[in-house]
Amino acid sequence: MDLQGQIIQYLATGLTLGSIYAMVGLGFTIIYNATGIINLAQGEFVMFGGLIMVFFTTTLGLPLFLSFFITLALTTGIGMLYERLFIHHPSKTAPLMTLLIITVAVSIFFRGIAMFIWGKEPYSLPHFSSPEPIIIGGAAILPQVFWILGLSLLAVILMNIFFNRTITGKAMSACAVNRVAASLVGIDVSKMVLLSFALSATLGALAGASITPIALMEYDRGPMLALKGFCAAVLGGLGFGTGAVVAGFLLGLIESFTTGFISSAFKEATALIILILVLFIKPSGIFGSAEVGKIKKI
Amino acid sequence: MLELRGVNASYGNIQALKNVSLTIPPGSMVTIIGANGAGKTTLLKSISGLIQSKTGSITYEGTEISSLPPVKIVSLGISQVPEGRQLFSHLTVIDNLHLGAYLYYSNRTKAEIQKRLEWIYQIFPLLKIRTRQLAGTLSGGEQQMVAIARALMSRPKLLLLDEPSMGLAPMLVAEILRVIKKLNDQGTTILLVEQNARAALQIARYGYVLETGSVAIEGPTADLLSDEKVRHAYLGKQ
Ligand SMILES: Nc1ncnc2c1ncn2[C@@H]1O[C@H](COP(=O)(O)OP(=O)(O)OP(=O)(O)O)[C@@H](O)[C@H]1O
Ligand SMILES: [Mg+2]
Repeated sequence: MDLQGQIIQYLATGLTLGSIYAMVGLGFTIIYNATGIINLAQGEFVMFGGLIMVFFTTTLGLPLFLSFFITLALTTGIGMLYERLFIHHPSKTAPLMTLLIITVAVSIFFRGIAMFIWGKEPYSLPHFSSPEPIIIGGAAILPQVFWILGLSLLAVILMNIFFNRTITGKAMSACAVNRVAASLVGIDVSKMVLLSFALSATLGALAGASITPIALMEYDRGPMLALKGFCAAVLGGLGFGTGAVVAGFLLGLIESFTTGFISSAFKEATALIILILVLFIKPSGIFGSAEVGKIKKI
Repeated sequence: MLELRGVNASYGNIQALKNVSLTIPPGSMVTIIGANGAGKTTLLKSISGLIQSKTGSITYEGTEISSLPPVKIVSLGISQVPEGRQLFSHLTVIDNLHLGAYLYYSNRTKAEIQKRLEWIYQIFPLLKIRTRQLAGTLSGGEQQMVAIARALMSRPKLLLLDEPSMGLAPMLVAEILRVIKKLNDQGTTILLVEQNARAALQIARYGYVLETGSVAIEGPTADLLSDEKVRHAYLGKQ
């Protein structure tokens, strides 16, 4: 492959990885904004997205798109159940640190369930459309890559419309900024928290279901994804959704190019190295301004 | 319209309200004055449902509301303007006002909300030219106007105001108090908590003096204004 082909190839890989990190990062941001909690079980939503999809397409043999929507719905349900069972009651009295530890416990619990159901081996899924690569500028790109990019772009746009254009979205961000004032205007804060877990889980499921055809999925993929998504969320200036999305794509691209041009040994380390460097130079994140802490915007 | 009977409220071991009883007749303006820490904010929060751990009875238009959550209480027509404004600082003025109407916000009620906004702009003409500004960047006086306007958006029959004059220049204080008086004249029942005791006693009909969580003195404001103890403790010797 010539240099141009290589660059396009790495670009495609980077954008694919990036869109996954972006969605996990956005998922972090949504829950963080509504509750102040860093949900460390975010990666498990992605894992469930992949494996539940496998169950419906491969095990039950349902049509791809039907199982895709069932997967989104079920994972969303898992996210809501998670909030009601493990967050709702403790959050009334427990400090944030306790809630953070609950999310760690839940992530281990989810992994346990997944291992019990699916075992330890990785699973694959059929591609959403043809598995034949398309040759673009000397690089071979799988159509699935366009599915992943398209779906995540769609999700990001929908989230943006939700938070900036609808009253419910604004009410949710209002809860994050001022809970007391939110309940005084009649916003049901507990419902908004539930909704934030639901949305985060949907995003995770979307990422998981769309990436499994090319990246496979197994029960313990969550923590690594959560780590990358967390890096994206923090780099984007924690609490700033668009920042998390842009940072997610940057991370994906950097990871892909360092793997391609330097060494795959750095693959997992790049995100962390960048995170440490950025936090060292600009603790509020690349896109975080001093005000982001105070004036949060999604 | 609103009636408190023997209300107690506490934060952990600290009892902030002790056996408080008060009555707010429909259409009236009642004021509560008292020193820092007397329990004024606690009293308003107990009414609006922000404080759940309380005993005693709170009835509003004949129904017991002491165990209802804030969302229910707003929907019944009681709206609180919290101490220190508490705006959604990251949102624009118009978004803050729309969220004030959150409980009945829908496509069907667009016209109604617009009418309500026009009415608000008549009361606070300044807000009309600030609709697109972020609430967090407004001046203190403007923020207080938005806080009151946001509470009015829910169409309250009873408005609870917690120190609306706090931190404002004398001219703005007069302006805000004039608006409160006007709202009352137009039919909104008002419970006004103020540190600025003289001003509060001048515009309200009936007043309560709260001391360390209980009602120390109550009466028509004309009587309170001439009461020796009140003059001495809250109005400054003259
Ligand atoms: N969240 C809280 N936790 C514990 N104690 C509290 C809390 N809020 C208020 N208190 C205590 O309850 C008492 C009454 O407080 P409250 O805020 O009702 O007073 P206030 O009359 O509104 O005072 P101010 O004029 O300063 O606003 C005070 O002693 C205060 O320290
Ligand atoms: Mg107070």
